[in-house]
Amino acid sequence: MSSRILITNASVLGGKLENLLIADGIIALRNAAADTATDQVIDAAGAIVLPGLVDLHSHLREPGFEQSETVLTGTQAAAAGGFTTVFAMANTNPVADSAGVVEQVQRLGDEAGYATVRPIGAVTVGLAGERLADIGAMVESRAAVTIFSDDGKCVHDSLLMRRALEYVTTFGGVIAQHAQDPRLTIDAQMNEGEVSARLGLNGWPAVAEESIIARDVLLAEHIGAKLHICHLSTRGSIDIVRAAKARGVAVTAEVTPHHLLLTDASAEQYDARFKVNPPLRTEADTLALREAVADGTIDIVATDHAPHPSDTKDCEWDHASFGMVGLESALPIVNETLVKTGKLDWVGVARVLSQAPARIGQLDGARELAQGEVADLVIFDPTFERTWSVADLAGRSSNTPYTGIPLAGKITHTIRHGYLTVDDGVVVAAETVAGHAREALRG
Amino acid sequence: MKHLLSTHNLAREDAIAILDIAEDMAQFGHRDVKKLPALRGKTIVNLFYEDSTRTRISFEAAEKRLSADVINFSAKGSSVSKGESLKDTAQTLDAMGIDAVVVRHSSSGAPYLLAHSGWIDVPVINAGDGTHEHPTQALLDAFTMRKRIHGESSRGRGLDGVRVCIVGDILHSRVARSNIWLLATLGASVQVVAPATLVPGAIAQWPVTVTHSLDEALAGQPDVVMMLRIQSERMKDAYFPNPREYSSVWGLTAERYARLNQSTIIMHPGPMNRGLEISSEAADSPQSVILDQVSNGIFVRMAVLYTLLTGAKGELS
Repeated sequence: MSSRILITNASVLGGKLENLLIADGIIALRNAAADTATDQVIDAAGAIVLPGLVDLHSHLREPGFEQSETVLTGTQAAAAGGFTTVFAMANTNPVADSAGVVEQVQRLGDEAGYATVRPIGAVTVGLAGERLADIGAMVESRAAVTIFSDDGKCVHDSLLMRRALEYVTTFGGVIAQHAQDPRLTIDAQMNEGEVSARLGLNGWPAVAEESIIARDVLLAEHIGAKLHICHLSTRGSIDIVRAAKARGVAVTAEVTPHHLLLTDASAEQYDARFKVNPPLRTEADTLALREAVADGTIDIVATDHAPHPSDTKDCEWDHASFGMVGLESALPIVNETLVKTGKLDWVGVARVLSQAPARIGQLDGARELAQGEVADLVIFDPTFERTWSVADLAGRSSNTPYTGIPLAGKITHTIRHGYLTVDDGVVVAAETVAGHAREALRG
Repeated sequence: MKHLLSTHNLAREDAIAILDIAEDMAQFGHRDVKKLPALRGKTIVNLFYEDSTRTRISFEAAEKRLSADVINFSAKGSSVSKGESLKDTAQTLDAMGIDAVVVRHSSSGAPYLLAHSGWIDVPVINAGDGTHEHPTQALLDAFTMRKRIHGESSRGRGLDGVRVCIVGDILHSRVARSNIWLLATLGASVQVVAPATLVPGAIAQWPVTVTHSLDEALAGQPDVVMMLRIQSERMKDAYFPNPREYSSVWGLTAERYARLNQSTIIMHPGPMNRGLEISSEAADSPQSVILDQVSNGIFVRMAVLYTLLTGAKGELS
């Protein structure tokens, strides 16, 4: 860990230019002299330096679905997107509902070294919604799980959800709820509205999300538990969360980049790359979601990165899988929808993509790029213009809906624990990164 | 026009051109020798992923009367039941050098995918997809209305000012969707009648008026009453309580039939549930054009195939 990196012309969180010295895995010096002796100099002129991004909602697919993604390839996608930490959802096969699985996922992440992988544990055994998973064992495991979620499925049984909220409180954790009333969304294919009616695709009504969120904030309030809402997607959900926060309920909420950018009109061509759960909503919803991030009602942006093999997307809409990849495109989309629109400055971007998700996931570190902090950071050129293509992806699957869409901004460098995972826009080789990771672990 | 996937964006002049060619086809249809050489040497595949004896036979008759070579491909007993994807099937058919595909599929949008995905480069005709559209049904319905109302002077005309009442499961009906768009394009005014459970929530944005009372709609003496087939499985999903209640509130019973003007046309896309959405008194009455719909279906499908495969527009030469 002797590598020293000097980042010159660094605009930290959009502030005035300075030089930043990375050494021994930490931010060794802010405002370093330009002639500081180093192994490598990165000129960040024109770019913004942000704390390494934290994704509270990724599907890394391993174990069980390695044809879609692995912990290695998923964290390569994460690095390409500027992420240095990803929380891995529990809907693997076997499901991450026991200490063994979460420890395996954590170990694979540690070995790959592209990002800190924090496994999310299942709330219920096999995500079946019937009985609680080994929550205590997962908390006490080497993976030290802090977030529990049946994501992909809703914990819809009211009593079970109440018990889960209470039980997790015992260990100081948080339940991340995928809010979807299953009875109101039988065979649902897309947002229920004018487009779904015309296209003849079964509707997924906003009320199916809002009714669960309303119930869950009331449960959390009654119990005094913490609740996190995954991928909030409707105007009505915003109103419920805003009212709950005003009453002091310990609720946090996330929105995905795709719900900030895309609408249900995308389904017009029956192109299943736009099929996602919860579904893309209306333009009024996307605009309300942007406002809710700006005013803090929505705490974080999380990707819901969901890789799928091409044959499960290159087919009839109602046969296709739900989900889209999102790690690589998240920061450019936040740039387009929140920064360029004036809703957030770079301090705000650091809050919604790094500090707030870290706090919800109980990670160490303030992530303010202060001297002495662990050197997890990303260099982002927001002015880089490009039309998105599959060449911008770094994971195993290519189910991105953004091809052909202009998305400004390029992640030029990602640094994790003081070493580069992305160098000049290119993901660093796996052996190199794994070597750095072994060094870093030895400390 | 390369494909016929929907009536939503079908231009009025294109729709009328198809109906006029269908008039020509009907002329031939009444001769002793019904066959035309127009599509000789062309191979048309009827790709039916969903059982539909009526529609498949109608297309097959239309294709054969135009002298096309016909291949019927049904999901049962084919590679589809072995799990072959739509993409692979389409690419296989493309490699075989066929000239057009008529597709029926339980997935909404499957014909659109075939037409636009690049898997196959031939005209695609939607013979009914999921709960999306059934455009040839709407065209044959329009043809039948026009013929009944305007008779020998039908050519070149739309359905301007005609008042059509569509009754039943609008929410799940591809026939209703295709009819609503096409009738609006042709100048008719459409009223839909159904329980609130069987109407899409967004119907306010469609070019129709909505009423929940069939009696109220019939009191307005519409020119056309089109009854839709009601599927009994809808009861299990709580769209309505039972067939008896549906029939008494939304069925074209003998008593309601008796209240209609004698000029009111009664239509049904078939197959009918007699005694549920329509009584035998109404279905078998002189005002019923249900069998005309079946006959005209062949002429309209001939017109569609002819238009798409020969690039013809307007008069049949």
